[in-house]
Amino acid sequence: MSGVRVLVGTRKGAFVLRSDGMRKEWDVSGPFFGGWEMYHIKGSSVDPNRIYASQTTGWFGQIIQRSSDGGETWEPVGNQFNYDGVPGTHQWYDGTPHPWEFARVWHLEPSLTDPDTVLAGVEDAALFQSTDGGENWRELSGLRTQDSGSSWQPGAGGMCLHTIIVSPKDPERIFVAISSAGAFRTDDGGKSWRPINKGLHSEGIPDEDAEVGHCVHHITMHPSKPDTLFMQKHWDVMRTDNAGDSWVEISGNLPTDFGFAIDVHAHEPETVYVVPIKSDSEHYPLDGQLRVYRSRSGGNEWEPLTKGLPQSNCYVDVLRDAMSVDSLDSCGLYFGTTGGQVYASNDEGDSWEAIVRDLPAVLSVEVQTLA
Amino acid sequence: MIRVVLPAHLKTLVKVNREVELDVAGVASQRSVLDALESRYPVLLGTIRDPTTKKRRPFIRFFACEEDISHDDPESPLPDAVVSGREPFFVIGAMAGG
Repeated sequence: MSGVRVLVGTRKGAFVLRSDGMRKEWDVSGPFFGGWEMYHIKGSSVDPNRIYASQTTGWFGQIIQRSSDGGETWEPVGNQFNYDGVPGTHQWYDGTPHPWEFARVWHLEPSLTDPDTVLAGVEDAALFQSTDGGENWRELSGLRTQDSGSSWQPGAGGMCLHTIIVSPKDPERIFVAISSAGAFRTDDGGKSWRPINKGLHSEGIPDEDAEVGHCVHHITMHPSKPDTLFMQKHWDVMRTDNAGDSWVEISGNLPTDFGFAIDVHAHEPETVYVVPIKSDSEHYPLDGQLRVYRSRSGGNEWEPLTKGLPQSNCYVDVLRDAMSVDSLDSCGLYFGTTGGQVYASNDEGDSWEAIVRDLPAVLSVEVQTLA
Repeated sequence: MIRVVLPAHLKTLVKVNREVELDVAGVASQRSVLDALESRYPVLLGTIRDPTTKKRRPFIRFFACEEDISHDDPESPLPDAVVSGREPFFVIGAMAGG
């Protein structure tokens, strides 16, 4: 029987939420790794029992956990993320040079073809790869060492590489996004990279349409249209139809186009979801109303989805990796909040229910659709 | 035998809920104790000190016999009370609360 497994990373541990294909009754297990920040947990699409998790604290550093039984048990694997060569410097907040220093893994992206291969996006921004199930990590240093690397600056959350998308049609093509440097693409498996930020416009940086320096919050892609990407930038929702060569704004009628999370319907590549947040200083929904917005036209025309979501006195945030979709016939959506709720919709966003309401602040939500 | 007290997060990681007892060959120093600790529990590599440089992580301190010995030479012998097992070697994480 089909079902789903929702992997939730929080500020104080990980949780696994399971349901059958109806997605009405839920089994909640956890916390796993209680007390640790679980930045991201993601399963392999090749072997759903293989799951990788980023476990970290500012005190004790980085641990990578691996499960081979669908999250029932875990084992720590390699945690040495050494930059390739002498890493040099990037810009600090005040524009002075600052040494590249590893802080944590923000995002883990398992390979689309091999459960033992996984990419890791880290702070300070770099991309690492393991081909032995997370035991050993090697930097794909062509990203960090390309021309603009020394000019990158951190955003308030740190200089993190938070988004990794491998093209399903060409494994040599990888997209990444870095706060606050922008989006980048490789077409040769990570050897060489180039910025793909043409069309982005960001107030608050000296050159508002600079080649790099944009605070990209998240990017998503539908696998059937790998040249089309949707981006939630610091402000502005954007799309590209040429793999990032140029972007156009699709904020349209959104009440605010600041936000973090963005995702695409599993079966409709032009149906996009965002969670608008009031502003860059007020990280909560507009007017205390938690609303997911859906566009069925690839942007510009958006409709609010409110049924089952709090429509008064709601001041939580939804972070960049805290939204996910399943691929059951009626596409399910999931998102977690900094208030500890995980909301689920089993009808494409038309209605929502909270699976859990009182977890620690949610950092990430990933869903696995199980046969 | 050296007794080592770990902070709560690291006890969780190594799945122990009490002191760790270690046999340390040769002179018992911060370095040799941590080497033995990491050898017993490889998952601790990188959580207390940098695995390459061996530099202590910023929010970690080492206490022994009611003294902060974090800034002592890592090769210096630990106090006799720690070496004999009468006092533990403490790995301490910076306090945080709200």
